[in-house]
Amino acid sequence: MPDPKGPPPAGVTAERQMRRLTRRGFITGGAAALAGLGAWRWLATATPEDGVPWPLRRVLRWNESLAESLGSPHGLAPTFPSNAARGPARTNGLIGLDNDVDSTRWRLRVQHESRGEKTIRLQDVLALPRHDLATEFKCVEGWNEVMHFSGVRFVDFATRFGLATRSGRAPDPLGNPKDLYRYVYLATPDEDYYVGLDMASALHPQTLLCDAMNGHPLSRQHGAPLRLYLAVKYGYKSLKRIGIIRFQDQRPADYWAARGYDWYAGL
Amino acid sequence: MIESARPPAVGGQSGANVEEDDVNRLDKKHPRAIRWMHWINVPVLTIMIWSGLLIYWANDVYDLGLGGITLVHFFPDWFYRGLGLEHGLALGMAYHFTFMWFFAVNGLGYVLYTAVSGEWRHLLPNRRTPREAWLVVLHDLRIYKGPLPQAKFNGAQRIAYTGVILMGAGSLVTGLAIYKPAQLGWLTGLLGGYEWARAEHFALTIGYVLFFVVHIAQVVRAGWNNFRAMVTGYELVPAKEADHA
Repeated sequence: MPDPKGPPPAGVTAERQMRRLTRRGFITGGAAALAGLGAWRWLATATPEDGVPWPLRRVLRWNESLAESLGSPHGLAPTFPSNAARGPARTNGLIGLDNDVDSTRWRLRVQHESRGEKTIRLQDVLALPRHDLATEFKCVEGWNEVMHFSGVRFVDFATRFGLATRSGRAPDPLGNPKDLYRYVYLATPDEDYYVGLDMASALHPQTLLCDAMNGHPLSRQHGAPLRLYLAVKYGYKSLKRIGIIRFQDQRPADYWAARGYDWYAGL
Repeated sequence: MIESARPPAVGGQSGANVEEDDVNRLDKKHPRAIRWMHWINVPVLTIMIWSGLLIYWANDVYDLGLGGITLVHFFPDWFYRGLGLEHGLALGMAYHFTFMWFFAVNGLGYVLYTAVSGEWRHLLPNRRTPREAWLVVLHDLRIYKGPLPQAKFNGAQRIAYTGVILMGAGSLVTGLAIYKPAQLGWLTGLLGGYEWARAEHFALTIGYVLFFVVHIAQVVRAGWNNFRAMVTGYELVPAKEADHA
């Protein structure tokens, strides 16, 4: 290799050196390209974990812990005036909504990993303080729409009924975080559609149990009689027609995460 | 315009080393770090654009039109079918949110390296750049036949190579804004909201593709010696054209 400080080689010496450099450069480059192709083949054919090659799943988990450590549970998603939501909200996904549901006889089944099941009536949920939230609903497909959700906060619901904790006391994420279960599992009554949530997102102040959207009572397609809405997740986490809520320490199954999507889905 | 072959040097510059003028000379051109980062971009950008298309397919709403008439729809069905881009949203997101790290680290590494090594002096536009870039364009269109100023990168190259780095930074920023529009809501807002940020992210990608087309055309035009310099780091400066860059 020519000495960068000395005078540049010239004439025949230069041409000979150039040939040597060319050989070396292309051999190194070719080897690097082959190594890259090998790495690509390895990655693309790695054993799938929940629908995607396991190294990608690992990175998604790592992105998740990074996002969590940067403070997702506390930040609020931007809000809009209620009248920014116009017309009927777009629908997408009707899994678990096949049969008709009678809201007078509908009961929410709430379970804790090491406690018995508790059932809660719709009117008892809706007796909690009401909240309105107009935010941009974001679908993982790439579209978004300002929607206006009305209902009660999930955190108020958990507080009122002593849910999400081992002790049965109201959740206290700051004072007594160990008392909280780590995850929440929610499903339609037939469990055809189900989502898993980290506790911080479930207790986020913009996480609602809703009975109305865009100023109208929930339609069947939007998840009557009671649906979930999270402003800090892609739409596929906002379960419609809640039938079961379970608090647990094991990371819950999730309908779309099992089909290759990010489990965390945090915005 | 991007990789102009060197035309005869401006008079007066080449006469200094009379005894070396009639032989070829070996000149250091691209530092090793820049060559590696340049080539790493090839697979990384390919994977980012491919996985981005897998994602975009799920909501392919962009058109290019004029006065209500759609000229180009991004993208026609044959395009998706031909490249196998259908029904790959989940996989596309998994790849995109993995390889974004390589894209970001490689890009930041490049910016840091050029800043610390002083290579930025060859790359950033300066006050002579606009005129020079215009001359290069005229030269490449065979309108201007006069001599061009001699330097490692001409004005058009300075604009193109600085521009594409700014585009990379733009992709990073608009990408973050649509990846975390709640956590980074202020950033998304700054970019005009979620929909605008998504459109900007897409437009930048189209920009890369256009850059790539011109870049390849110019590399082909500039020839083997120029291409080889991006592999070996050295350029054989032909007899009588040696300058002192």
